[in-house]
Amino acid sequence: MGLVDAQPAAGRPLMQVSDLGVTFQTSRGSVRAVSGVSFEVRESEVFALVGESGCGKSTTALAVMRLVPPPGRIDSGQVVFDGVPLLDLDEDAMARVRGKQISMIFQNPLVALNPVYRSAAQIEEALLLDQIPRDRAWKLAVGVMGDVKIPDAPERALSYPHELSGGMRQRVMTGMMISRSPRLLIADEPTTALDVTIQAQVLELLMDIRRRTKMSIMIITHDFGIVAETADRIAVMYAGGIVEQGGVLEVFEQSGHPYTRLLMRALPRLTKEEGRLETIAGHVPNLVELPSGCTFHPRCPLKRDACLIERPTVREVSPGHFVTCHYPEV
Amino acid sequence: MQSRDASDLVVLDRAQKHFVITKGLIRRSHRAIRAVDDVSLSIHRGETFGLVGESGSGKTTLARLIPRLTRLTGGRVSFDGRDIDTVGGSELTRIRRRMGIVFQDPASSLSPRATVRGSVIRPLQLQGAGAREAAGRLLETVELVNLGPELLERYPHQLSGGQQQRASIARAIILRPELLILDEPTSALDVSVQAQILNLLLELQREFGLTYLFITHNLSVVRYMSDRIGVMYLGKLVEVGPAAELYARPLHPYTAALLSASPPQTPRLRQRRKFALAGDPPSLIDPPAGCHLHPRCAFTRDICRQERPALRAIGLARFVACHFAEQLALQVGD
Ligand SMILES: Nc1ncnc2c1ncn2[C@@H]1O[C@H](COP(=O)(O)OP(=O)(O)OP(=O)(O)O)[C@@H](O)[C@H]1O
Ligand SMILES: Nc1ncnc2c1ncn2[C@@H]1O[C@H](COP(=O)(O)OP(=O)(O)OP(=O)(O)O)[C@@H](O)[C@H]1O
Ligand SMILES: [Mg+2]
Ligand SMILES: [Mg+2]
Repeated sequence: MGLVDAQPAAGRPLMQVSDLGVTFQTSRGSVRAVSGVSFEVRESEVFALVGESGCGKSTTALAVMRLVPPPGRIDSGQVVFDGVPLLDLDEDAMARVRGKQISMIFQNPLVALNPVYRSAAQIEEALLLDQIPRDRAWKLAVGVMGDVKIPDAPERALSYPHELSGGMRQRVMTGMMISRSPRLLIADEPTTALDVTIQAQVLELLMDIRRRTKMSIMIITHDFGIVAETADRIAVMYAGGIVEQGGVLEVFEQSGHPYTRLLMRALPRLTKEEGRLETIAGHVPNLVELPSGCTFHPRCPLKRDACLIERPTVREVSPGHFVTCHYPEV
Repeated sequence: MQSRDASDLVVLDRAQKHFVITKGLIRRSHRAIRAVDDVSLSIHRGETFGLVGESGSGKTTLARLIPRLTRLTGGRVSFDGRDIDTVGGSELTRIRRRMGIVFQDPASSLSPRATVRGSVIRPLQLQGAGAREAAGRLLETVELVNLGPELLERYPHQLSGGQQQRASIARAIILRPELLILDEPTSALDVSVQAQILNLLLELQREFGLTYLFITHNLSVVRYMSDRIGVMYLGKLVEVGPAAELYARPLHPYTAALLSASPPQTPRLRQRRKFALAGDPPSLIDPPAGCHLHPRCAFTRDICRQERPALRAIGLARFVACHFAEQLALQVGD
């Protein structure tokens, strides 16, 4: 049994994000962390968000949850979840969306886990929100810890976050987030601290929940292996914007954007004796002063004059495959 | 077990770290988690020793024993011939300055109340570098790890996960310490920035002869970086060997399972795993009798249930803890 069924039925859109923009005001100017980001996540699909470190992936996810920390501000766009415009909801209504409708596995578990709560208590807390009686909630929480493959769950239920290994903390958080059966799970680098065998088990668990409950998953990752194994569709971000999106096969095999292609070439496959790893020349962009024209032009080996001046628009290079480049290769 | 000589910078000799935990909120009983159980290992000067293994198998704990961030509960750890567990406070401080550490969770390498500038420059200041020199080194180092200078005045919470990671790498390398302990140093980096960091680490190593302990779950990264690799399972080292040989022909069934569980590189290769490990990660509190892997191993025989295999030498450079290492032909293939 592979991790993923051949191809999912193209579900109807569950969440539509359009023209999302997020800015952080700092003493050194405003950081344009997310700009003009549009995508949708369909029912029961796995949507992967990849891209350069610092390009705005986590911020996009936090914006969807309306959890962008101050001084960050969502300054454009809309997020429509199951027909409801989330950015228009009052805080109480939004609080009801979080956890039950959309829940998020944070990139840094230490941020999400309460240091003075034992691990099962963290999960229990989430369950109590669903009016599950306290005596049952603890048992359920210990069960969830077993589901996410934490050994000695009854004993480890009593451990505090600092007493767990990096990967166990990550799994406790995953348990907490799936325990309420959300309709959309946003998973920000959920398996970076897991070895590949436990990673496979945790991904399998998520895929299984998806099959059973039609949960959609938006996964943020730097690991193309995880994307290759689980994703239906993928979006590639660079400097706050999406530069390419489409079905996972198209984007892997017919990448239209030079950034996507260069990124895939940087994967380490050799040994150090065989030479240096390929990198993308130049510096990661400064989000306070974005380059003119196409944000990737200073590093693009294929740039032409137009790229320095004009911001490229989104083009549909084949059905459902979008590339934001003046000269997409297809 | 393994030869010990002047070329070894770090030596662990039957190192052990057991954590005592309390079970039961009302009727308390104390039990031990054998996070690091009888591990012997030496890291040669100038080499990269890669450490991989199951999540929770004790890699971070092992790494923390070396600068004595965690105290041993048994065995010995030495650095450059000095017994870490018995050195006095001021010598420990001197020894620690010869090490740089990138913690698994980058936020713990950086003080939440210090800016990137403050955190990265701190080791230089402790060493007594002048302000001019320190500022120059700082700029050079953040450039090397590809952190934009516009990030220098930011606090950790104002950085992305990968930016925090690069800041903690900058802090760890700024003094070119003899030993760098890198615990998942690139887990939050995209492959291109990761490649830059790996290239940088190799250059520093060539130029200054640095020694690395490199912990990661990324099997292509560890293969690329390491001279030798150690594999941990349930608090124990189950295999050690030169990177290329270990990949070409793993000797321990756990190593084989790990290597074959790597996700595919393209969506077309979504497939079954060759040596899939059956069952769940075992208990660290009541580890299985005999070989720790026996409940999950496809090659288990009676002796595996009864006798714990010791780490033993096979050939000149390889070590394995498996009763049947010679008989099993565990090719993983690419
Ligand atoms: N509070 C803040 N103040 C200023 N800038 C911020 C703040 N939080 C994030 N940023 C900036 O916003 C940009 C996007 O950050 P984000 O965390 O979304 O990146 P990411 O794509 O998730 O990166 P990574 O892969 O490294 O986790 C980064 O360049 C970061 O420095
Ligand atoms: N302070 C502590 N108190 C109790 N148990 C601890 C403590 N620190 C670590 N442990 C336990 O020791 C074991 C080994 O943890 P360690 O962090 O070394 O694993 P690891 O191999 O680094 O795992 P990962 O790959 O998930 O980071 C785990 O079971 C962990 O829960
Ligand atoms: Mg992030
Ligand atoms: Mg660890």
